[in-house]
Amino acid sequence: MRRTRWFVWLVVVVAMVGAACGEADDPTTATGGDDNEAGSTTAAPTFDAGTTMARIQQKGEITVGVKYDQPGFGQQDPATGEVEGFDVEIAKLIAVAILGGDVDSVEDKIEFVESVSKNREPFIQDGRVDIVVATYTINDTRKQVIDFAGPYFVAKQDIMVRKDDTSIKAVDDLNGKKVCTAKGSTSEKNIRAKAPRADVLLFDGYDECKEALVDERVVAVSTDNTILAGYVDRSPDELKLVDNPFSDEPYGIGLKKGDEAFRDFLNDRLEEIFEGGQWGDAFESTLGQLGLETPDTPTLDRYGAAGGATTSTTGTGGTGGAGGSGSTSTTGASSTSSSTG
Amino acid sequence: MSITVALTLTSFAAALVIGTVVAAFRVSPVAPLRAAGAAWVEVLRNIPLSVLMLGFYFGFTKIDIRYGEFATAVIVLSAYTSSFVAETVRAGINSVARGQAEAARSIGLTFPQSLRVVVLPQAMRTVVAPLGSVFIALIKNSSLAGLIAVVELTDMADRISFDTARPIPAFLGAAVGYLLLALPSGAVVGLLERRAAIKR
Repeated sequence: MRRTRWFVWLVVVVAMVGAACGEADDPTTATGGDDNEAGSTTAAPTFDAGTTMARIQQKGEITVGVKYDQPGFGQQDPATGEVEGFDVEIAKLIAVAILGGDVDSVEDKIEFVESVSKNREPFIQDGRVDIVVATYTINDTRKQVIDFAGPYFVAKQDIMVRKDDTSIKAVDDLNGKKVCTAKGSTSEKNIRAKAPRADVLLFDGYDECKEALVDERVVAVSTDNTILAGYVDRSPDELKLVDNPFSDEPYGIGLKKGDEAFRDFLNDRLEEIFEGGQWGDAFESTLGQLGLETPDTPTLDRYGAAGGATTSTTGTGGTGGAGGSGSTSTTGASSTSSSTG
Repeated sequence: MSITVALTLTSFAAALVIGTVVAAFRVSPVAPLRAAGAAWVEVLRNIPLSVLMLGFYFGFTKIDIRYGEFATAVIVLSAYTSSFVAETVRAGINSVARGQAEAARSIGLTFPQSLRVVVLPQAMRTVVAPLGSVFIALIKNSSLAGLIAVVELTDMADRISFDTARPIPAFLGAAVGYLLLALPSGAVVGLLERRAAIKR
């Protein structure tokens, strides 16, 4: 009996120590400077009571869903526990506009939560996060359950093959071949639409796809060029990009459906950072490091009011003069499967 | 769902055969065989199935052993489940009265013969119920085949969840699917158990 009791105490102690360690590892409590150029300090503005912005201001913290495994966009540094990337920078720039301060200090007021492709909608719907900035492609199916601000970036779907491969030059060449992409991505849909006879293998993430490509289990990996660039950057002797993009993937900021005021606020803020140059700086310090050139700023998609997945008003509501006059129209990509809510 | 059924049935059939042989190894009078049996069981049952699945699929390619996705899933599920079958069957063998084996040997049967003809048939009676649990665990374990791109029930739910941006109904559907497979399996096991029971 005595021995059992001892054992129980031991288990309790171990569990408590474990919990304490877990807390210490929590990325949100980890601090530490990064080499971001110090932005200008802004005072927190005042918002109308009842708006999401006012609510976030009141709790003094914004909860943001980001990816933890996407090089260049949202990737956790295993040593420090901090997440870094373009999505993270965008989240900081949004946070500054609500909570004040500058992009470095505001980090303490952001709770980052890991969002994988599958849990993004439930996280938003349940209020687990205030916004999701996680390489989240705007599309009509998703617009039926959540809303999007943005796009803040337009990726293009491309193909990655082994360095010595010369047989694949365009998406058509994937027909009858084994192609890999990740579950829960729009990439799968695009491949099936553009190369219907391709044999699509789905893994949980792109690391597995890359491995399958190197192992010659598949002949190609296809997804957004920004993601592929990260892999080619790390293994230039093994892999290469076909560099013949076949679709636009407009990334948006996910928020609760029907929160028009918050969506307008986010769109206004995006416009501000497009024009103010912070967007470009964020790109250079993250995706730019992977060898990607800074593109033109995208055109905002201030689509019609809540209640439907209509895309008819795409873009038109955006006040003109968004820097760079976006080279790509997001209308095409977001209305490919036009359905009504 | 048919893929889940195919995965489960094929793997269970293989696991029964392998597991019984391994159990026989573990009670054999030959020490190296006992050691081999123990090693098989301890290695396979103590490594998470997901690690075995990804490890076999990606790791073994590096030494030029490669199978397709479905075949890999069957191999890994069979091997993993066989370790549990082996332990279950061994427990069954140990539950058979020692005198049975002694009597079998004394009438001149060799060890393998005594095991096959006398001990195992009696052991199997007692292990029907625990093997049923192993089978049901296997139905659920087959969901990990999705890790290596086999489109089974969970993976299907994953895809539907993505296509509709509504994960909850998709995964509820998968839950119902597993219940539809596991509940009748439980009933069949109950039936077999009654038939195998010694009438008292």
